[in-house]
Amino acid sequence: MHPSTNPLKARVQNVNFFYGTNHVVKNVSMDIEQNKITALIGPSGCGKTTLLRCFNRMHDLTPATRYEGAITLYPDNTNLIGTSVDPIEIRMRVGMVFQKPNPFPKSIFENVVYGLRVRGEKNRALLEEQAEKALRGSALWNEVKDRLGKPAYDLSGGQQQRLCIARALAVEPEILLFDEPTSALDPIATRAIEELVAEIKQRVTILIVTHNMQQAQRISDSTAFMYLGNLIEFARTEDLFHRPQNKLTADYVSGQFG
Amino acid sequence: MQFESTTTLETAEPMVTPLHAAPLLRRKRTKESIITMVLFLAAFSSVLVTAGIVGTLLVESLTFFQHIRLVDFFTDTQWTPLFSDPHYGILPLVSGTLVTTCVALAVSIPMGTAIAIFLSEYASKKWRETLKPILELLSAVPTVVYGYFALLFVSPLMQKIFPEMGMFNMLSAGIVMGIMIVPYVGSLSEDAMRAVPISLREGSYAMGSTRLQTALRVVFPSALSGISAAYVLALSRAVGETMIVAVAAGMQPNLTWNPTEPASTLTAYIVQVSLGDVPHGSIGYQTIFAAGLTLFVMTFSFNLVSFWLRRRYRQAY
Amino acid sequence: MSNVPSPAPLNASALTPEGMLSGMRANIRSRKVFDGLFGVVAILALLVSILALVGLFVNLALQGSERIRPEFFLSFPSRNPFEAGILSAWVGSLVVMFVTALVGIPLGIAAGLYLEEYAPKNTVTNFIEINIMNLAGVPSIVYGLMALGLFVYKFQFGQSVLSAGLTLALLTLPIVITATREAIRTIPNAMREAAYALGATRWEVTSHHVLPYSMGGILTGTVIALSRAIGETAPLITIGALTFIAFLPTPPVSTEAPYLSFQWIWDAFTVLPIQMFNWVSRPQEEFQKNAAAAGVILMFMTLAMNGVAIWLRARYRSRVKW
Repeated sequence: MHPSTNPLKARVQNVNFFYGTNHVVKNVSMDIEQNKITALIGPSGCGKTTLLRCFNRMHDLTPATRYEGAITLYPDNTNLIGTSVDPIEIRMRVGMVFQKPNPFPKSIFENVVYGLRVRGEKNRALLEEQAEKALRGSALWNEVKDRLGKPAYDLSGGQQQRLCIARALAVEPEILLFDEPTSALDPIATRAIEELVAEIKQRVTILIVTHNMQQAQRISDSTAFMYLGNLIEFARTEDLFHRPQNKLTADYVSGQFG
Repeated sequence: MQFESTTTLETAEPMVTPLHAAPLLRRKRTKESIITMVLFLAAFSSVLVTAGIVGTLLVESLTFFQHIRLVDFFTDTQWTPLFSDPHYGILPLVSGTLVTTCVALAVSIPMGTAIAIFLSEYASKKWRETLKPILELLSAVPTVVYGYFALLFVSPLMQKIFPEMGMFNMLSAGIVMGIMIVPYVGSLSEDAMRAVPISLREGSYAMGSTRLQTALRVVFPSALSGISAAYVLALSRAVGETMIVAVAAGMQPNLTWNPTEPASTLTAYIVQVSLGDVPHGSIGYQTIFAAGLTLFVMTFSFNLVSFWLRRRYRQAY
Repeated sequence: MSNVPSPAPLNASALTPEGMLSGMRANIRSRKVFDGLFGVVAILALLVSILALVGLFVNLALQGSERIRPEFFLSFPSRNPFEAGILSAWVGSLVVMFVTALVGIPLGIAAGLYLEEYAPKNTVTNFIEINIMNLAGVPSIVYGLMALGLFVYKFQFGQSVLSAGLTLALLTLPIVITATREAIRTIPNAMREAAYALGATRWEVTSHHVLPYSMGGILTGTVIALSRAIGETAPLITIGALTFIAFLPTPPVSTEAPYLSFQWIWDAFTVLPIQMFNWVSRPQEEFQKNAAAAGVILMFMTLAMNGVAIWLRARYRSRVKW
């Protein structure tokens, strides 16, 4: 656990996660710095996506899952995985962008304002204002401003993913989770998403799962390497890739397995 | 070496040399083509059934329409083919059919949809797999039993709400028909909603939606064409349902839109005539085919719409 | 849909963290009210449906219980409700079902096999498939009209067990075909390829592998099809089934040569649901008790058959190992 000098947005303490009797995340502790990008890397099945999904309680949608430990969200010290905390409240504060773009079968506009509609907002002017803000924030505004009423499925894959980012940004989350957001995209679209992620950290704390080590190096401030459910090493991205302390980390980042 | 092993495999009988294999293969090939032909004929028999249905209805109806003008058939407001002063207006039977159908849909669509949303979005897998077969038993009950239930249980109950209403009425028949159709709506809508990808649900939940919001704002609209296919199929079922209306709705053709009145439907009329002694080839005999043709055209167009809707939703996502 | 109220302030960033959180919680609470309310409404809808089923059965049982005695099964219909029974009705149902099963099941399975294993992807196949889908949606009484025109008059089968059995066989054909196809579709292609690789012909693959492995699903569909046929009333009334029959069909076996007789397929008949319909439509209350008793037996039979189907499905599903 690298000592942090920056303000913290969240602290992960001894988190364990179980699917039934399957112990998937094992005693993970780490600090999430505010307005920084923290990357989670590791071979498939290492528990990185599972850990990510603890942050917005997506696991509550599956029966027979269990959390242990605490993820404390600052400044109000809410435990994200506390059983007394409503997962809906958590999801209103912690947004998520998924592996495959998943816009709803609605218009571009309705996709962006979905979160606001869910919260009961009906004021058209406010919806339009927030939609424009979010679309500008995800660098999509110029491409779609003339066809906000068109179906979201008309957009390209990369545009769809940026629309999903806009959808998440429109409700101004405190943390935004990215689950391998570029794995379904071509290199050019990937580049655009990466630039976008690097830019929006001004406004929101970011946690990103990636299977692409170059991507983690390009955009993240800190990187956590996970293996078989354990957090093996967590350090500044520079240090983790160039001066790994652990043999496993060294082998992984040099491409010897995974 | 290689040659030998190939022959053994080809004939599947190690003792047979290539010379003997030829007739064996030829016998097998003949057998195969006969079997293929037989199976094809079995499948093709379904086309013959359709041809039989359409042909019979058309032939008998054509003789009917040689005596009765199409204009009268569609505009006359009385249907009294067996009276001394016969009228052949199909409207009273169509109105009876439509009123009972509307009552049935008013019951089955809200109930079926609510149940579908519950099973698909609220219930756990275990509950879903227990409740669905139980629900489907509702559509397994013989319709004549439902007719009994409508006439002798639901109708007296409804008479407490509408005291002037007679024993035979379209309301009770429609309500019971609606209950019978609930599993069709529920089961098919649930299938359509299950087909909506999980990723869309996750996207919605990740925005902080409740289950109901996810169901109504994302899942339901995404599954809309499948769900409307279910509705249309329910409509088609209700139009073609016979015994419930024959038992409980009364048998007098009655041009009315008031569900508390008794009326005959297209199907109930066919039953009524079949129970009597109408001679083969008479105009009375032909009327049931004219009614049947009307019924067939209605359900056939509903089924086409439903088929088209389902094909559309398979292409989505 | 848009009935969710919006009590909570939105632009949270302008507020203190505490204010933001309490606003958010109020918003969640109000939304959860609707979420819960809908759950209650849906459970009520489910309960109403299930209670209707239970109520139906209990209602029939209460009304009909005093009639359900051995004599009820062994007597012919009668003008005296206390003496009337269902002997000719259940025997009629049995023989009609026999003809239906004999014709409908092999025909349906063969058609399903053809469409799933043999049919080339062409317009003829496509036409047959659309045709079967359409047949499944044709009201049963329309089948009755076809049977009246074709079987009863054109083919001169008369108002007989044969006409009735054939009508119901055609009526259940789409169910058997669909069930067969769905059962066959669950068999992995690797099974077929393994057999073909050993030099098996298509029929050998079908009869040695496809058919035995899909038997569970086919059986389930067949039982469901027959349970539907046994409750069918309208098409049989249409072909002219009699409602008052005080004799049994000719026995199929006799003590004199040629010992076997098929005369019974030409006999007039009635079936259980028609008998029940006849009693329901009489004004006397005593006959309605007979109707209820017949209804109990009908419902018991169809529910039992469906129960068997559900059990078969579960049993074969748990056995599958691929």
